Amino acid sequence: MTAFIPAIKSRSAVADRVFNLVTAGAAWLVLILLGATAASMAWGGRLAFETFGLGFVTSTDWDAVGGKFGALVPIYGTIVTSLIALIIAVPVSLGIALFVTDIAPRWIRGPIGIAVELLAAIPSIIYGMWGLFVFAPFMALHVDPWLNDTLGPVPVLGAIFTGPPIGIGMLTAGIVLGIMVIPFIAAVARDVFNAVPAPLKESAVALGSTRWEVLSRVTLPYARSAIVGAIFLGLGRALGETMAVTFVLGNAHDLSISLLMPSNSIAAAIANEFTEADAELYRSALIALAFLLFVVTFIVLSAAKLLLLRLNRAHGRTH
Amino acid sequence: MGLVLLQRRAVDALAFLFASAATLFGLFWLFWILWTTFRRGLGAINVALFTQMTPPPGSTGGLLNAFYGSAVMIGFAVIVGAPLGVAAGTYLAEHGRYSRLAAAVSFLNDVLLSAPSIVIGLFVYEIVVRTSGHFSGYAGAIALAMILLPIVVRTSDEALRLVPDQMREAAFALGVPRWRVTAQILYKAAMTAILTGVLLGVARIAGETAPLLFTALNNQFWSGSLSGPLANVPVVIFQYAMSPYDEWHTLAWAGALVLTLFVLGLNLVVRMIAKRTSK
Repeated sequence: MTAFIPAIKSRSAVADRVFNLVTAGAAWLVLILLGATAASMAWGGRLAFETFGLGFVTSTDWDAVGGKFGALVPIYGTIVTSLIALIIAVPVSLGIALFVTDIAPRWIRGPIGIAVELLAAIPSIIYGMWGLFVFAPFMALHVDPWLNDTLGPVPVLGAIFTGPPIGIGMLTAGIVLGIMVIPFIAAVARDVFNAVPAPLKESAVALGSTRWEVLSRVTLPYARSAIVGAIFLGLGRALGETMAVTFVLGNAHDLSISLLMPSNSIAAAIANEFTEADAELYRSALIALAFLLFVVTFIVLSAAKLLLLRLNRAHGRTH
Repeated sequence: MGLVLLQRRAVDALAFLFASAATLFGLFWLFWILWTTFRRGLGAINVALFTQMTPPPGSTGGLLNAFYGSAVMIGFAVIVGAPLGVAAGTYLAEHGRYSRLAAAVSFLNDVLLSAPSIVIGLFVYEIVVRTSGHFSGYAGAIALAMILLPIVVRTSDEALRLVPDQMREAAFALGVPRWRVTAQILYKAAMTAILTGVLLGVARIAGETAPLLFTALNNQFWSGSLSGPLANVPVVIFQYAMSPYDEWHTLAWAGALVLTLFVLGLNLVVRMIAKRTSK
C-alpha cells in the first residue's frame, strides 16, 4: 500500500509533464507559424529585392514580359484605398459605438449590435461581388458623372475626382473597403466606450454635462489611445483585404492621381497574377510584395494591440 | 446664460443625430448587400445546384463538387486546427498562465488573427504546393487550418479563464493531478464556449477565398481526393463572377447566397448558444 502511492504520484507527474509539453508546444506553434510566414516571404522575395533594390518600391514599371517589376502602383493603391476606407469608417464606427452604448433605448441595443456583427461576418467575397455587380454600376451611373461635373473645374480636386465614369477604381474600392471595416472598428470602439468607468461619466452628468459633453470631455480623452488602437485594427484589416478590392480595383499598373482610374493593390495584384506568374522573377516580385504587406500589417496590428492593452491594464485586466 | 444652455443642448442634439445617422448608414449597407444576394441568388437555387457538377462555359450545371470540396477542406482544417488551438489556449489560460511565453503568444496570436489571409495562402503555397509540386486539397485545408488556429486559441483561452478558480482549487484540494483537473473538469465546464469558438472559426474559414487561390486552386470535375486540386465554393464564386458568361454569374450568385446563409446562420446559432449558457 505504501509503495503504491508514490507510484501513482510519479505516474501523474509524468502525465503532468507530458500535458504541459503538449500545450506549450501548441503555443510555440503559433509563434513558429508567424515567424515561418515572415521568413518564407522574405526568402521567396529575395530574388526581386536583390534584382531591383530600392527601385522595387519606387518604380512604376511593372512589365511581366520584359521582366521589370516596380511595385509603386500597387503600394500606392493599397495606401490610398485604405485611407479612403478609414475616412469613411472612422466617424461612422464611432457614431455607431456611441449610439449603441449611450443613446439607443436598451431594447434596441442588442439587435443593432448583432446586425453590426453580422456585417462583419459576411465573407469578403460577397462584398466583392456586390461591389462589382451592384455598387460599381451605381457609381458609374450616378456618382462618377456628378463628381466629374461638380469637382472637375476645381483646380486641385478636379485632378483627383475626374476620370472615366466606369465605376471601377480606387474610390469605389475604398468605399467598399470602408463598409467592410466599419463593423470591426465599431465593435472594438463599443467595448472601449463600455470600459470607461461609470463613476467618471456619472460625475460629469452630476455636474450637468450633456451627453455630448460626457463623450467629448470624459469618454474620448479617457479612451483616446484605445480608440486609436481600434482604428489601427481597422487599418490592418483594410491593408490586407483581398477579395473585396480585387473585384472593383481594375488590376491596372498605371499610376494616376485620379481616384476614378483603375488601379491596383498589393493583395489584388497577388490574387490576380500569382497563378499566371510563370517566370521565377515574376513570382518572386509578388512574394516580395506579400512580404512588405505582411511586415506593414504586422507593425500596424501590433501597435493596435499595444494601444488596446493600455486601456485594459488601466481597467485592471491584464490579459 | 439661457443662450449658452440652448447652444449646448443644440450641440448635444446634433451629436445624437449624427450617431443615429451613422448607425442607419451602417445598417443600410448590410441590408443592401443581403437584399442583392437574396434577389439574385434565390432564383438560381434549384435541385441541380446540389446534384450537378460545375459546368463548362455556356451551359447549366450545379455546384455539387464545390460544396463537397469545401466541406472536406473545412472538416480537415477543423480536425487539424481545433485540437492545436485548444491545446495552445489551454497553455495560455492554465499551464503557462503567468509565463513569458504565454504573454508573447497571446500578443502575437491576435496579430495572426488579423493577418492578411492572402499571405497565409502564399506561405502554404511556398511550403506545401512548391515542395509537393502540385496544388492540392491538403494545401487548401492547411491554409484554412492556419486561419482557424488563432480563432480557436483566443476563444478557448477566454473560455477557460471564465471557469471560476474555486473549481480548480477544490479539485487540487482533493489531490487531483493538474492535467486531470484540466482534462476532466475545466474542459467539461468550458466545453460549450470552446465549441462555439470552433463554430465561429468554421463560419470564418467557410468564406475565405484568398488563401485557397494558390493552394486548393479549383477543379471543374468531381474529385474526392484531397491530394489533387479541389473545387471549393469561394474560388468557384470568384472565377464565375469574374467571367463574362451569364450562366456562370447566376451560379456564382447561387453559391454566394448559400455561403452567406451558412455563415450568418452559424453566427446566429453561436449567439443563441452563448445567450442560453449565460443565463
